[in-house]
Amino acid sequence: MIPAPFDYEVAESVDHAIALLADREDSKVLAGGHSLLPLLRLRVTRPSVLVDVGRLDELSYVRDAGTSIAIGALTRHHDVATAPLLQEHNPFVSYVAGLVGDPQVRHRGTIGGSLAHGDPAADLPAVLLALDGEIDIAGAAGVRTVASADFFLGVFETAVGPQEIVTEVRVPKLTAEHGWSYLKFRRRSLDWATVGVAAFARRSNGDIGEPAIALVSMGATPLRARASEAAWASGQDPGPFADEGTDPPGDTNGSAEYRKHLVKVLVRRAAEEASRH
Amino acid sequence: MRSVSFTVNGVAHELELEPRELLVYVLRERLGLTGTVVGCDTSSCGACTVLLDGESVKACTILGVQADGAAITTIEGLAENGSLHPLQELFHEHHALQCGYCTSGMVLAAVSLLAENPSPTSDEIRHALEGNICRCTGYQNIVDAIEAAAR
Ligand SMILES: Cc1cc2nc3c(=O)[nH]c(=O)nc-3n(C[C@H](O)[C@H](O)[C@H](O)COP(=O)(O)OP(=O)(O)OC[C@H]3O[C@@H](n4cnc5c(N)ncnc54)[C@H](O)[C@@H]3O)c2cc1C
Ligand code: FES
Ligand code: FES
Repeated sequence: MIPAPFDYEVAESVDHAIALLADREDSKVLAGGHSLLPLLRLRVTRPSVLVDVGRLDELSYVRDAGTSIAIGALTRHHDVATAPLLQEHNPFVSYVAGLVGDPQVRHRGTIGGSLAHGDPAADLPAVLLALDGEIDIAGAAGVRTVASADFFLGVFETAVGPQEIVTEVRVPKLTAEHGWSYLKFRRRSLDWATVGVAAFARRSNGDIGEPAIALVSMGATPLRARASEAAWASGQDPGPFADEGTDPPGDTNGSAEYRKHLVKVLVRRAAEEASRH
Repeated sequence: MRSVSFTVNGVAHELELEPRELLVYVLRERLGLTGTVVGCDTSSCGACTVLLDGESVKACTILGVQADGAAITTIEGLAENGSLHPLQELFHEHHALQCGYCTSGMVLAAVSLLAENPSPTSDEIRHALEGNICRCTGYQNIVDAIEAAAR
């Protein structure tokens, strides 16, 4: 399958990318291309020009930023999965980056692309939501910071405007008090999550504080499971409440009813694992 | 059209490419390197795997223009001085192929794995092949061949 024709420009800097995007109608950012090229091949989307930010090495890094770890938007899943700083300070993020797709996908796909694409079946957005991470977005007016809670707006819809680019993602540093779990249920190991659950909490003397549970493929965006979080904080099994407020799709991986059942099982298991881990 | 230059198996190429040309078709149709095959054309099967600057990638999910400046290795580039790459030998010895359609992708995925992790466990090998589908062998002999190379 061959994509419809488009023009192609290589961005030399973030400002150059923003200028190139503004130059033409229907322009689109190209990062790792591992969500965009499949869509182009199917001709689901037909941009006039792709602005390739894939060569902006200055946006590929993992850095210590004090209380948080900063990850450049162009950092590839493989590099997020193997970065020593993340393995030390936030192994949750590196573990989940290592579960995205397969090695070939992880060699190309980027964390910024994964977030900006806004696919509710994607793994890293849910982790970012559970961790209350922050995302920097650069546009003609400068850089703004958006909380992960305000970033995901709908299916393939995020806070990133058509002439903006994601530049950095920040996640907190974790301590030995923090427990986490990510359960990705899929039929084959290369598949996307039928349902995914990211669970995260602070543990002290057997109590659970600041619990966060985020769900993959249970609605138009990654979702926080608020009722389950409340149950977990009060020492109850969070599982039975996990489908509250969800609106899962039905597709070849599972019907909506199946997902509503599955999410309860996975939330219980993830909370158990995060309580121990 | 856009001018692009890269090396394939150590040979430098300068090409005028349409931006929408996928790397796999550049390799097959422009350069005649048909060892890289198209299995699914939907980024799922890994048959089109090549090395881009040493790392495994799916050539059906990269534009030729994105490879500008890169060093590409295809299955044709693994043998040296007329003798097969050790992994090619081991695939042969362990009978790790039947129809052979997945084989070039499997071998290159394995080369990339061993560059990152020279002594993977059998479990790690299986995980590293999650992007490569084989419809014939049942994978066992492929894993055996790679395990033999890892030792
Ligand atoms: C076979 C296969 C399996 C996969 N499995 C999984 C999986 O299990 N879990 C999962 O989460 N993902 C999976 N993915 C998707 C993969 O993680 C993608 O890499 C990711 O979703 C998009 O990142 P990218 O860098 O490739 O973005 P691209 O494809 O280049 O871009 C995607 C979208 O985001 C926009 N964009 C990209 N970067 C930026 C930026 N910095 N600023 C603004 N906009 C930007 C683009 O304009 C485009 O609209 C899979 C992909 C494939 C091909
Ligand atoms: S042809 Fe490229 S992954 Fe199947
Ligand atoms: S040998 Fe036939 S697909 Fe693998």
